[in-house]
Amino acid sequence: MTRSFDTGGAPHLPPQTTVAAVMLQVLLALVPGVLAYTWFFGPGMLIQIILAVVFALLFEALMLRWRGRPLKPFINDYSAVVTAVLFALCIPPLAPWWISCIAMLFAIVFAKHLYGGLGQNVFNPAMVGYVVVLISFPQVMTAWLPPLALADYSPGLMDSLATIFTGQIPVAGGWDAATQATPLDTLKTGVDAGRMVPEIRSAPIFGDYGGLGWEWIANWFALGGIFLLYKRTINWHVPVAVIGSVVLLSLPFWLADPDSNPFPLQHIFSGALVLAAFFIATDPVSGCVSNRGRLIFGAGVGITTLIIRRWGGYPDGVAFAVLLMNMAAPLIDRYTRPRMYGE
Amino acid sequence: MSQADQVEQGRRTHHFHGGLRLRHNKKISCQNPVVPPPLPELLVVPLLQHAGDFAEPSVSDGEKVLKGQVIGQCQPCAAIHSPVSGVVEAIEDRPMSHPSGQPGPCVVIRPDGQEQWVQLNPIKDWLEASPEILIAQIQDCGIAGLGGAVFPTHAKTRDGRERQIHTLILNGAECEPYISCDEMLMREQPDKIILGARVLRRALGAERVIIAIEDQMGAVQAALTRSAKLAECKSISVVKVTTIYPEGGERQLIQVLTGLEVPAGGRPSDLGMVCQNVATAAAVADAVVEGKPLIERYITVTGNGVSHPRNFLALIGTPVSHLVDASGGYSNDVARLVIGGPMMGYPVASDDTPVVKASNCLLALTQRDIVAPQPEMPCIRCGECARVCPATLLPQQLHLQIKTGLWDQAKEYGLSACIECGCCDYVCPSHIPLVEWFRYGKGEQRKRVLESEAAELARKRFEEREARLLRVKRERAEKMALRKQLLKDKAAQQDRIRDSIARAESRLKKAGEQPDDA
Repeated sequence: MTRSFDTGGAPHLPPQTTVAAVMLQVLLALVPGVLAYTWFFGPGMLIQIILAVVFALLFEALMLRWRGRPLKPFINDYSAVVTAVLFALCIPPLAPWWISCIAMLFAIVFAKHLYGGLGQNVFNPAMVGYVVVLISFPQVMTAWLPPLALADYSPGLMDSLATIFTGQIPVAGGWDAATQATPLDTLKTGVDAGRMVPEIRSAPIFGDYGGLGWEWIANWFALGGIFLLYKRTINWHVPVAVIGSVVLLSLPFWLADPDSNPFPLQHIFSGALVLAAFFIATDPVSGCVSNRGRLIFGAGVGITTLIIRRWGGYPDGVAFAVLLMNMAAPLIDRYTRPRMYGE
Repeated sequence: MSQADQVEQGRRTHHFHGGLRLRHNKKISCQNPVVPPPLPELLVVPLLQHAGDFAEPSVSDGEKVLKGQVIGQCQPCAAIHSPVSGVVEAIEDRPMSHPSGQPGPCVVIRPDGQEQWVQLNPIKDWLEASPEILIAQIQDCGIAGLGGAVFPTHAKTRDGRERQIHTLILNGAECEPYISCDEMLMREQPDKIILGARVLRRALGAERVIIAIEDQMGAVQAALTRSAKLAECKSISVVKVTTIYPEGGERQLIQVLTGLEVPAGGRPSDLGMVCQNVATAAAVADAVVEGKPLIERYITVTGNGVSHPRNFLALIGTPVSHLVDASGGYSNDVARLVIGGPMMGYPVASDDTPVVKASNCLLALTQRDIVAPQPEMPCIRCGECARVCPATLLPQQLHLQIKTGLWDQAKEYGLSACIECGCCDYVCPSHIPLVEWFRYGKGEQRKRVLESEAAELARKRFEEREARLLRVKRERAEKMALRKQLLKDKAAQQDRIRDSIARAESRLKKAGEQPDDA
């Protein structure tokens, strides 16, 4: 008896993973950092994440519809969710709701779909969204509350919701009284004003290495990053290059003049550097393809961040550094093709 | 240090880039000794079995054939022989076990059950025979690479001899999951493999033989080493290599054994080495020492889709359905039938395809084994493909280059160096059929080379024609000019003659006017 069989192509083994699984793993790795964040800064961050995810999925669905692409596989790939979460982690926890809307509009519509959708974007969408709102609404984007441990006012869930949707903060003196400069900001304005780093660092807002609370958040993000390394979702090259280049470049400055230059660990545990090293600069779509290329890319992010922090107009420069290196990635790829077998 | 010495030192094994550690799934088919299946009712022997051209049938319908008789000839390729004695029922197009899935000419033989052999011509004194005679015997017996590439063995051997190779590598590292036919052969016939190794070494003029086996093959090393000792052959060594797919690839195996890389676009003989499958060596021993042509081979019938997975010594031309019946039939949920392993094998639509020289495995898979086809997503450049690529290529870039038609860049990024092992396919989270793209890309590249050669030829022809026309024109003009000159000269001469005549006449007139008759 002859029978007939299906003739799907090789390999004749069940597929190992999916895009959705990769993205879910990234989201899972972000959980400890997000929890730490909530611990130190209150539930505002969680609301921001939900807001950004809702807007991101909304724009994603609209663009897929408009481009005539199937909704289901692309909504279910979680890539828009990752973009939204990474963005939400970069903004002040009590930023108004429309910040997420505008940022996701630029991230999903402009940076992602107008470039051709998943896999085609030149720039990291989350960073495009962040930079657009950072430049457009600097006052809103720098309105950080101090960590709960230092704050007179610690908003609960309902208060946070009210603030995010109405823009009103229930504190005598309003926003000016409630907000405080971030550690990086304090450091920058302090050094610019001619004060010495050890003196600036004696303020309660600083912790052992970075900002109070911030350094622990960074630790938990690093833990998630190590999980991704272990799972081989990301390669070691980018995180090592980012952190390594920051250490190597800030070390001589600090040794030469410890009064006006923060020590290397301070740089690493401040701002978004650890998050960027493990979760943002490792975005494969807008990064480099070869290991050598990834090392250069990561080092570029680290060095550019330091330059912006030291001489630029912004206290943290990670987002700009990532976007600048995104631009350079194709060129780096061109000059770092690995040697082929037998070549 | 010469390359040969480096190889000699190469007891320490090396690594190749990437690769996959896959579940072996080999043990299920190794439980029982290898037996021949019952004689099938009909044998279908395709006339395309080697890398090369179709063979010309040398028998006709209704003709009686003997076991081992030549039924297909192909110069300079290898011959094809009748696996049984019987009657040729037809020579017609049938499914022929080829990745293309296209039917092709096959010789259909109904066995008479007599097993009457044709007159065999063994070379008993092969130790004294000249390499040329050995190589001719290998060709006459239709030996081809049994690892799957079915490159004619005599051609490879002759080439190796001409290029004075020093090392023969016998490849016993069948790295694909499920396949166990080489392992069973090495377990059951170590003497024959060692004998074949010695014959091939003599035919090649090689100094030494390395037999590479996998580390999970248990008793095989002891068996082969004992056989080599019995044969008092010190130049043969057996080396265990770690089982990582695609270790059995010629280029990867050479890298693991020697740390050397076959140059891009080159062959192992560039490094002074030749690679042959262990089963090919056994077939060479049969051919030279017993005179038997290649009419049967070890084949693994395995997978969750058959009731009792095992290995068979099957005649070439046996329909695979017959082998499945002999291993207890299909399980209820069988879904896909693959010739070869799960990584590089090709699916067949029906089970009436025959066993050919290249068939090392018949893999019957259930729906659970293969999972429903996943939707293809865009590449997210995660780089997993590059991490596992044993040729250290950048599959994600090649995919993009082929898709957008950047052929020069694809060439620069080493498209032709792809060995189509399928590692990238397996790990791709977007389920992009990368190897399919690369095969297509290679085809396009070949087409472009041919087209550019044709264009070059046409350009040359055109230029030559133009030059010829110009030359003809010039020559004609020169001829014309010459003729004109000649005419002119002639006219001038005639003028001169006329002048002189006129002068003479006028002189005569003058003289005539002279009163000479006064």
